[in-house]
Amino acid sequence: MKPAVIRTLSVPARRRLSSALWAAAAMLCTFGVALILLLVIGYILREGFAALSWSFLTHLPRPVGVPGGGVGNGLVGSGMTVALAALMAFPAGMLVGIYVAVYAYLSLARLLSFLADVLAGVPSIAIGIYAYTLLVAPFGGFSALSASFALAVLMMPLVIRATEGAVRAVPRELREAATALGATDYRVTCKVLLVAARPGIVTGLLLALARVTGETAPLLFTAFGNQFWEFDPTKPMAELPLQIFTYAISPYRDWHRQAWGGALILVTAVFVLSVAARLSFLLLRGRAADGTGP
Amino acid sequence: MSDPESGPASVQASALRSNRRLAAGLAERRERVAARLFTAVLYGCCMLFLLVMGGLAVELLWGSRLSLAAFGPGFLWSTEWNPVRGRFGAAPFLYGTVVSSLIALLLAGSVGILAGVFLAEFAPRRLGAALGTMIELLAAIPSIVYGLWGLFVLAPVVSGWIGPALQAAFGFLPIFRGPIYGVNMLTAALVLAVMIVPTITAITRDLIKATPMYYREAALALGATRWESVAKVILPTVRRGIFGACMLALGRALGETIATTMVIGNRPVISASLLAPGYTVASVIANEFTEATSALYLSALIELGLILLVTSLLVVGLGRLMLRLFVP
Repeated sequence: MKPAVIRTLSVPARRRLSSALWAAAAMLCTFGVALILLLVIGYILREGFAALSWSFLTHLPRPVGVPGGGVGNGLVGSGMTVALAALMAFPAGMLVGIYVAVYAYLSLARLLSFLADVLAGVPSIAIGIYAYTLLVAPFGGFSALSASFALAVLMMPLVIRATEGAVRAVPRELREAATALGATDYRVTCKVLLVAARPGIVTGLLLALARVTGETAPLLFTAFGNQFWEFDPTKPMAELPLQIFTYAISPYRDWHRQAWGGALILVTAVFVLSVAARLSFLLLRGRAADGTGP
Repeated sequence: MSDPESGPASVQASALRSNRRLAAGLAERRERVAARLFTAVLYGCCMLFLLVMGGLAVELLWGSRLSLAAFGPGFLWSTEWNPVRGRFGAAPFLYGTVVSSLIALLLAGSVGILAGVFLAEFAPRRLGAALGTMIELLAAIPSIVYGLWGLFVLAPVVSGWIGPALQAAFGFLPIFRGPIYGVNMLTAALVLAVMIVPTITAITRDLIKATPMYYREAALALGATRWESVAKVILPTVRRGIFGACMLALGRALGETIATTMVIGNRPVISASLLAPGYTVASVIANEFTEATSALYLSALIELGLILLVTSLLVVGLGRLMLRLFVP
């Protein structure tokens, strides 16, 4: 005969069963979500590779029915627009991030930090309208520069948060040691905090780039799109996401094919940036740790 | 032995000392100037940031003044969107945005929280890391790509398979009645759900991982099963954080533009059926902004942008506040 105490400790079968079922449901959900990634990526690879060719990457778009045609101008346009946006957002965003992290005890810094958090969630289409009323309407024309501004506004909160996080992660002792040796805030920041936080900052910048590279909504009425080569940022410019959008909602089969090709390029670019972000963190941190750099 | 240029040793030493002091003074002054300059530049950038972000609100408010004056608060509940007659009402778009986002949140919330629980509590370490990375990569895919996928892959599945199945099972409900389209509210909600599920899963996982181990141990010691320790102890302690995560996800769904524009059908009507096309606030801006033919038309579209901005700031602000206040 079993001792009574064991029987009271053992979990009733009904509870065990329901627990197991819930755990199984949780597992199914996880695998389901991961499966969606595989489905999306699989489709893009299958359909995209069919459209990919050297001329697709280097040629201008052609009218419907004319064979060939590519997204060369869109690639150049997207590259220029994103690079200009980075030029605007990186320095300013990093400096705000440093301020927020170094003077975290000030209420202004706390307010800015919270603002950056919230503004990272502003719909990109609203920022597109902002760029339109500020830079397109008064100057009488769509321009790549206004698109860069919109992307920069989108990026700034991300850059601020990344910099803040990286600087805050620097051990307190390091900072206190530098201050104790008589270094000013400026010295401490430039020679200690920034050096130690560099891997985190670089990662954050790359992730911010990846995030805005695929943005489409704010480009609709800023960069507007262009059928030809355009290298002047004050003129309307072709953008890869816009080309994908136009091709996707068109009724032509050949354009659908090109939309998948464009999507493959875009996803590749975004993934390369994301992976570069992770790798650069490991690489820079490793170098900083073994004393050979920076 | 002492040459006339340098003088005796003591004089030489004192000259050197004063020279050094001078150099030190200069360096110190340079240091002070640099430090002050640095602080000024930091402040300047912070002000620039506030200015740019304040400008966003001001520009949208100023841009929508015509529409605000013409329609007042009635803009929110008028269902007429007629550019030819110059009548603009936001109700169909608000309805589409709210309904598609809420359905997406319902789906992504239930699936995402369960997935977060699995990753944090049940998955073996390696498998959990791999699945977690995959789900995070899902968040990196641009929305235009989700739109493309939704339009060409998901929409046919919805019109050919999911829609008919729902109609067969729940056809008595008005939300599943009427003709089935491929591009409809349900497709939009599904695409949005896929887009926001990584946010919910990742935050839930991190919240659960951050709860102290002794919570679990205490529950298990009292005789709870593994699942019961999660459902009755861990999840209640992080519920505010999870609510915050859901608000962040909702904010993203409300403002999502390109993906919904491609799959929701873009028809400015309020229909009871989820299988019929709809329209969202962001989509109508994307579709009609460059085609706005009158100042009032453009102003009405900017007011829609303003509504979107305010709503998502409130929702995301609430989410961030929850995550900041209640998560250690």
